[in-house]
Amino acid sequence: MHIDHAEQARTAGEQLHHFHGGLRLRHNKKNSCETPLENAPLPSLFYVPLLQQYGKEAEVTVATGQKVLKGDAIGCFGHLGSGCVHAPSSGVVKALVRRPISHPSGSDGWCVVIEPDGLDQWKELEPLTDWIKADPALLRQKIRDSGIVGLGGAVFPTAYKADDASSRGIHTLILNGSECEPYISCDEMLMREQPDSIVLGARILQRAVGATRTVIAIEDQMGAVNHALKQAVENVGDKSIKIVKVTTIYPEGGEKQLIQVLTGLEVPAGGRPADLGLLCQNVATASAVAQAVVEGKPLVERIVTVTGNGIRKPRNLVARVGTPISDLVDQCGGYTNDVARLVLGGPMMGYSLNSDANPVIKAANCILALTELDIRQSQAEMPCIRCGECARVCPAVLLPQQLDWLIRNQQWDDAADCGLTDCIECGCCDMVCPSHIPLTSWFCFGKSELRSLAIERKQAETAKHRYEARDARLLRIKQERRQRMDEKKRAIKDKAEKQKKLAEAISRSRARQDRNE
Amino acid sequence: MSRKFDTGVAPYFPPQSTVAGVMRQVLYALLPGIIVYTWFFGPGILVQILLAVIFALLFETLMLKARKQSLKPFLGDWSAVVTAVLFALCLPPLAPWWVALVGMLFAIVVAKHLYGGLGQNMFNPAMVGYVVVLISFPQVMALWSPPTSIASHSLAIGDVFSTVFTGKLPPGLTWDAVSEATPLDAIRTSLASGHMVSEARQSPVFGDFGGLGWEWIANMYALGGFWLLWRRIISWHVPVMMVGSVVALGLVAYLVDPGSNPVPLQHLFSGALVLGAFFIATDPVTGCTSTRGRLIFGVGVGIITLSIRRWGGYPDGVAFAVLLMNMAAPLIDRYTRPRIFGH
Repeated sequence: MHIDHAEQARTAGEQLHHFHGGLRLRHNKKNSCETPLENAPLPSLFYVPLLQQYGKEAEVTVATGQKVLKGDAIGCFGHLGSGCVHAPSSGVVKALVRRPISHPSGSDGWCVVIEPDGLDQWKELEPLTDWIKADPALLRQKIRDSGIVGLGGAVFPTAYKADDASSRGIHTLILNGSECEPYISCDEMLMREQPDSIVLGARILQRAVGATRTVIAIEDQMGAVNHALKQAVENVGDKSIKIVKVTTIYPEGGEKQLIQVLTGLEVPAGGRPADLGLLCQNVATASAVAQAVVEGKPLVERIVTVTGNGIRKPRNLVARVGTPISDLVDQCGGYTNDVARLVLGGPMMGYSLNSDANPVIKAANCILALTELDIRQSQAEMPCIRCGECARVCPAVLLPQQLDWLIRNQQWDDAADCGLTDCIECGCCDMVCPSHIPLTSWFCFGKSELRSLAIERKQAETAKHRYEARDARLLRIKQERRQRMDEKKRAIKDKAEKQKKLAEAISRSRARQDRNE
Repeated sequence: MSRKFDTGVAPYFPPQSTVAGVMRQVLYALLPGIIVYTWFFGPGILVQILLAVIFALLFETLMLKARKQSLKPFLGDWSAVVTAVLFALCLPPLAPWWVALVGMLFAIVVAKHLYGGLGQNMFNPAMVGYVVVLISFPQVMALWSPPTSIASHSLAIGDVFSTVFTGKLPPGLTWDAVSEATPLDAIRTSLASGHMVSEARQSPVFGDFGGLGWEWIANMYALGGFWLLWRRIISWHVPVMMVGSVVALGLVAYLVDPGSNPVPLQHLFSGALVLGAFFIATDPVTGCTSTRGRLIFGVGVGIITLSIRRWGGYPDGVAFAVLLMNMAAPLIDRYTRPRIFGH
């Protein structure tokens, strides 16, 4: 890393910078922020998906008929530093079923079905009350055991990220409170109502990864949040935590964009924020860390914004993982008559669900019900007129129209050269395209093609290596055999010659004897 | 009770703009210029616009049918109308009807559809059409009317129609009486016969800065252009660099040799420079897409235009300059790709 960059990264949040492109979008957050947080009630059945973090499904660790307490591990992961999925309430495991799991692909996955007993009884909790003196590695282990993942939506295991960060040396922890997507207000509500928990989480995370300071980034339009967080920081008197208001431009809540706004630096392509000495976490993740460490509670619930014109009374709910989405909607007064689409996540990067029987997952920051008027009608797609609007708004400084052309023509190498893998799938280009080309969908498709192409190439490479190795081996065997044959032949020849010489010698000596006689 | 929903891909927001919307705004932006044009030069230009639009839509329909494309979205996108209007604005107001026919044939059929239709064409269709008729029918294309205020005869709308369709002027009039050299022509011929630019400017066809009437049309085009800039339909790069390079180089030429070079403002306010800068060189399909590419494209069009005006065989050079830079656009785009985030 460049020396100047290292210095510049240390001043994160001192001065604000810009990122390329982006959009100013209608906020649509006010409706869901008017009612205080409320707990969602226990459902009649929980469907807890085993796919709860980035990557593969967890291995189930409970059996049908087994009694579980709230917070008991019901499945554990074998990848990305492991971690577990926990029972969202006390009750009985009824079954293990395959059903829709609120995944972007729309595919099914394994779910542990739990019938709650209504007691909502926690397992025996093991808090680390003395976290100020605790070994950072122990803190990270606690985070891992508590099943904490990035709650901004990426659900990447927090402990894995923290391990990586602490091994590479981090100076600044960035807490991302700038949920730039319209409609979503779960982080705003959390920061307003539980600022102490976030500040505590920040201090714990800071210790766990060895950072010396924390920057909490919030949006300039969140007035109440600023005051609440400032008060919380003052209460603990921690001078290392700084609150910074950033301008509300979508997608400044993206990790790379937020870092650019706070430091003026770009996370290198293929690199991580740790390359700049930074670690970025969502504010809700920090709050979950605080609960896991200080109270010993694993992550079994999260704040979900239930909103959109298709919901009668938009609000934020604290919902346990595994609760059917329909239960949350019922608590918010149900759907309006003209509801047309159900989206998990925000309107820009979320994905639509085909049923509200899908369960709440750790990535579910928002349940968005939209009406026919809100969504794009089935617009005829026109050819690209190269207006360049997509390039103007692209935060990754790509040329989306060119990428689109390359992907449609299956020029994968050129597409990779033009930065296909640098696309953050924010959807800005889709929004401004006058021809209504579904650019982001094409880029997702292109990325998956690139991935399978890479696997194919690797397989081909391996096959080639194997083939060449086999060829070489066969050649070697053949040569060795020939060598042995040659040696044998030579040996036979030698023997024959020896015998011949012997015979001659004998005949000579016989002849001599004969002469002598 | 669970409920089923239809699915669809993000973003779940209505689109911000449409191709038809973009094209319509370009047409709105041309309106002030067209109105002032009619004010100064009579109704001839309206007849030319009408003819060109009719032929353009006709050829567009035929080609869409031939290419088995759906008619509704493409006829409704207004792109053929924009091409037709830009083409018509380059024609002498009394040009015969078949000029528009030939021009639109090459613009819509050859330059647009034979290259693959909307978004695929390499060359600006309006300029292809214009250059084809300019080269093929030089005499017809030189019959420019003077502003009505200084014209000895002005034609009523009925006379304009009959002239355009029959090619014959109303009885008692000759082409010499109703046509007049354009300001750029005046400078060219005057320079060729050894006069100074200042002498040429004595002609009544000149106004305060550029040609009489023309300078106000240019102002209105610029007004429309600023509106397009404000609406973000076009970006500032091409117009600023094109006008800037013409003015800057024109100023240098004027300072070096004021006798044979007009003042830079003269360049700006005559011919198709302002129309070209805001409406033609900014055509997204045939221009550059990267920011740096657009800067280069604008400078290129400016320099080539100025060179043709000074040394070329035609009084104005905007159309040729745009077509030449269209050729260079893919190459420029290739070498001016922006640095990707994090690279």
